[in-house]
Amino acid sequence: MSTNERSIWEKIADQLRSKSLWMLHYCTGCGAIELPPSMTSRFDMERFGMGPMATPRQADILFITGYLSAKTLRRVIYTYEQMPEPKYVIGFGSCTLNGGIYYDSYATINRLDYYIPVDLYIAGCMPRPEALLEAFNELMRMIRKGEANGWKRYKENYEWYKQNQLRSLGEVFIHDEFHE
Amino acid sequence: MTVLRVIAVLLTGFFVGLTLEGIARKIMARVQRRYGPPWYQNFIDVFKALSKRGISHGWIFDFGILMALGGVIATLAFVPLGDLVAFPGLDNIFIIVYLFAVGALGMAMGMVGSGNPNASIGVARALTQMLGYEVPYLVAIAGVLYYYKTSSVSGLMMAQQDTWTLFKMPIGGIVAFISLLGMLGKKPFDTPIAPAEIASGPMVELSAKYMGLLMLMHTFSIFVEISLFVDIFLGISNYLTFLLKFTVVWIIATLISAVLPRFRIEQVVKFYWKVPLSLAFVQVLFVLLGWVF
Repeated sequence: MSTNERSIWEKIADQLRSKSLWMLHYCTGCGAIELPPSMTSRFDMERFGMGPMATPRQADILFITGYLSAKTLRRVIYTYEQMPEPKYVIGFGSCTLNGGIYYDSYATINRLDYYIPVDLYIAGCMPRPEALLEAFNELMRMIRKGEANGWKRYKENYEWYKQNQLRSLGEVFIHDEFHE
Repeated sequence: MTVLRVIAVLLTGFFVGLTLEGIARKIMARVQRRYGPPWYQNFIDVFKALSKRGISHGWIFDFGILMALGGVIATLAFVPLGDLVAFPGLDNIFIIVYLFAVGALGMAMGMVGSGNPNASIGVARALTQMLGYEVPYLVAIAGVLYYYKTSSVSGLMMAQQDTWTLFKMPIGGIVAFISLLGMLGKKPFDTPIAPAEIASGPMVELSAKYMGLLMLMHTFSIFVEISLFVDIFLGISNYLTFLLKFTVVWIIATLISAVLPRFRIEQVVKFYWKVPLSLAFVQVLFVLLGWVF
């Protein structure tokens, strides 16, 4: 595919991007509890140049911890579309993979990959902070090699993703609520 | 020659400022018993932010950010770094204080132009906090200006032949340092950018290159603020000893900020107008009475 071709400038920029990843964590699921130990003294995420960010405008990673109900999925899609490119998504825990223990719930979605492009999944319920750091290192490697192309896939297959979103949510109205 | 000196001042601000911010993150990490990011992390952050593709929020937003960065760069060009003075004879403290407001107002305009209510709250807090620290700071500085009978910053530096102003006027020095913490937005006074309350306040709508430019603006304004304190209070210095004193002041501010929680905005103003302002008046009274060591 043409998505993997990068100019020399993009290659240099990808090196920088892999070393300074700012993360927006969407913590509605129980996986949020694994983040404090990864950030604080014991596992210390900041030594990789990673850190939490309070707003989607500055975030590189959208970190989805655990299950998403139909209501929160709408917010996740808004948030994802507000992030500046290039952007990466990590699905954390089995809930984002196949629904986990909520696989037959009427209110949650089962596969996050249908709605926004996920670059990396962390399987498990719960994954430990070690798994989290392993995943971050894997994501950095993917960014350096130009394999973390979820945001390009989203643009290329926008109709497909939009169709899936509409099927689950009824309507997805991306709007800028501050400029109306 | 002036052009070369201005370039030297700006490059010092860029490299030393970003390096020291990285070192501050490292120190903060060590205080919390973490390993911490490498010292060059802030260079990576700035260039990464510049490499991303963000969105604008209209021409007021763009213009405000350029005005903030340009205003702070213009201010920095007037600040003497030890014996490196870009515009000799023009490094008056009033010029620097007035020009510095251009950067702050440009940032306020641009951020309010983004239309996000969190940004408006952050800007309102930043300007309120400015009202808090500027008053005691300027009263303490007025005492210094009255004592040395000059308002040129390098004149104030050269007037400290016998001993540092910090030891001549210890109360004024402490007041200026507490105000400096507020200017830097260090921990007890980081109310305007509180990430957990108002989603990093003024910066909430900044993406990509706008964020990169604002990080540079922040670095340069840190350089202006600490440089003024070092020039006025910490004795005569050449370029190298200036950078040494600068580093020491920055590290002390970082250490204080590493162990303190955050004030609310009304607590900030109440604190500044009670303790440092009274101390500043006491210092001015001492100067008027001639009780200077």
